Amino acid sequence: MSARQNRDPEPLHPHDELLRTDRIPHIWCSGCGIGIVFGALMSAIKKSDIPLDDIAVVSGIGCTGRMAGYIALDSFHTTHGRAIPFATGLKLARPQGNVIVASGDGDLLAIGGNHFIHAARRNIDLTVVCVNNFNYGMTGGQLAPSTPFGAKTTTTPQGSPDEPFNFCSLAAACGAVYVARWTALHIRRVTTAIGEAMNKKGFSFVEILAPCPTAFGRRNKMRRALDLLNFYYDRSVVKHGVHPDEASLDFNQRLVVGKFVDRERPTYLDSYHMVHQREIGDWPTIEHYSTMLAKEKTEA
Amino acid sequence: MNGDDACCEGALAAGCRFFAGYPITPATEVAERMSHRLPEVDGIFIQMEDEIASMAAILGGSWGGAKSMTSTSGPGFSLMMENIGLGICTETPCVVCNVQRAGPSTGLPTLVGQADMMQARWGSHGHYEIIALSPSSPQEMFDFTIEAFNLSEQYRLPVMIMADEVVGHMNERVVIPPADQIVTVERTAPTSDPAQYLPYQPDASGIAPMANFGDGYHMHVTGLTHDAKGYPTMTAEAQAWMVDRLIGKIRDNADKIISYDTMFLDDAEIVVAAYGISARSAKGAVLAGRQAGLKVGLVKLNTVWPFPEEFFSHLSTKVKALLMPEINMGQMVLELERLAQGRCQVVRITHPGGAIINPSTILAAIQDVFEETK
Ligand SMILES: Cc1ncc(C[n+]2csc(CCOP(=O)(O)OP(=O)(O)O)c2C)c(N)n1
Ligand code: SF4
Ligand SMILES: [Mg+2]
Repeated sequence: MSARQNRDPEPLHPHDELLRTDRIPHIWCSGCGIGIVFGALMSAIKKSDIPLDDIAVVSGIGCTGRMAGYIALDSFHTTHGRAIPFATGLKLARPQGNVIVASGDGDLLAIGGNHFIHAARRNIDLTVVCVNNFNYGMTGGQLAPSTPFGAKTTTTPQGSPDEPFNFCSLAAACGAVYVARWTALHIRRVTTAIGEAMNKKGFSFVEILAPCPTAFGRRNKMRRALDLLNFYYDRSVVKHGVHPDEASLDFNQRLVVGKFVDRERPTYLDSYHMVHQREIGDWPTIEHYSTMLAKEKTEA
Repeated sequence: MNGDDACCEGALAAGCRFFAGYPITPATEVAERMSHRLPEVDGIFIQMEDEIASMAAILGGSWGGAKSMTSTSGPGFSLMMENIGLGICTETPCVVCNVQRAGPSTGLPTLVGQADMMQARWGSHGHYEIIALSPSSPQEMFDFTIEAFNLSEQYRLPVMIMADEVVGHMNERVVIPPADQIVTVERTAPTSDPAQYLPYQPDASGIAPMANFGDGYHMHVTGLTHDAKGYPTMTAEAQAWMVDRLIGKIRDNADKIISYDTMFLDDAEIVVAAYGISARSAKGAVLAGRQAGLKVGLVKLNTVWPFPEEFFSHLSTKVKALLMPEINMGQMVLELERLAQGRCQVVRITHPGGAIINPSTILAAIQDVFEETK
């Protein structure tokens, strides 16, 4: 037997209860932003009053997608891009559950982009946490739908010719009820945002600008993790409530962060039950479903 | 009612409470009927943005505890393949109904085909076994859909109903028995302490008990190769353990899963083997052959995958020829050729799709073989 036996037991990490400690060490590189977001996610879960049995984490494929594998809750590591439709089924079949989707920018908005916009449009009650590291980390640093114009990746060695998406503006335009963006250094803000998103009924979106020193930083003269982390943080400007279209990411000047959207809208299940449980009249001489539901609430 | 409608009623009778789908001819009626029937039984219907999403959603629905289903046809079936593999790997019970049209590509959307049979077996990457049933009438659409749910719950995998346009759209009388006469199977729930739960450790039945989201087991489910705990394990040993189990649970239970009907096999010298709508044409041809004094028999496959290997191996030692009519250029017949190993003649009666194979075509083939083997 080793000398370890005589040592004090290793101190528990405050998140051990939520961690699959038997799966540590994790696969993430040192200096990666995913771990910070994962920590914030666990803090948000702990702070929420939601029973742990009722929380599920669903991921697609990617470095970020591995979050589902480390959290000691009902957790689902699905296929690349398909976390949102999987989570949709999970939520609709078990509406009392609180379903969190945690995945990468490529997973959620390239291959999974179509699911993202439709889930937001339908207002499926999900919390979507996107670690935006501006590239495909898992596969070694290729172009993502978030890669800034001119940035180098392994498939844009001369700099990207693509125009990136503004994820927050897209989410808002598609109907998300909660939209926020922070950087990985805004740890408390990220935790609060995820907590608010979990408590929000409807499609909530939290984007976190995060360093991927290994695949992205290395090719863009920001090899050290702290370089990228500080770069995002230093350029960030908090602008709560600004129209998401204005919440731009201009790497030369400023990266707009903050809570951009926090509004009410009936969820898919609210409207589903409404149309099936009572006469709603004939389209087009019909009230908007939000009005109908609001009336029902006040009558009740 | 028509076959597509009967499929819905079978699903509801089996306990289906979640359906996610995307419209496609000739399977659209399944989604349409589900959209008004499911809310009546407190179930959820959702039309997704495509078939990739539909397949992903029913896997999620199943882990959410609801018996789940989707329906589609050729192009949609192709889109579902990756997530069918996820369902196989994560051992997720659900049902996929493919009302086959003729392909490849968009093919003949409104006309019959049976050319997705091999895709059903191995259309998703990797090596696995599946279960697929092939109904030949609206009544069987009802009965086999119940059976598909039962098999999926028992063996924990996506089960396919390989129907076709003619069966889907044909109107016939369907007898729906009283609810108490319908046998339904539910997944086995774990009884172990959550801390000790191994989501992929088979119990005495050979299948692992399945916890649903919310049951308190905090399980991990992944499409990566995993160990009994469900944890990703990137080794050849873990791969062997997992694949052996995924394949073994079907192969070892093949006798219990496989179903076929036979006619006139006792003295048959020539046997027609067929499935789906082609089995009905085959039956007509066999009856006509018997009337003409030919010693011909019929095997109607209800289960197409797993294929009744032992049965046909044995049969090939007793008959002069096996004939298989199918609305493709020779797919399931490859299995017959493989199993007969030259012990009897194997005759393909193929059709590229767009119409059924007439009984007269099959009868003519039977007569030809009798002439040749005289
Ligand atoms: C259908 C499919 N195509 C491609 C891949 C390969 N692949 C794995 S992860 C990934 C990109 C991940 O990027 P992102 O979602 O941004 O996650 P990150 O690794 O950056 O956290 C790709 C292309 C795959 N797994 N599946
Ligand atoms: S490759 Fe990038 S995203 Fe992936 S773990 Fe390493 S630093 Fe993080
Ligand atoms: Mg990424």
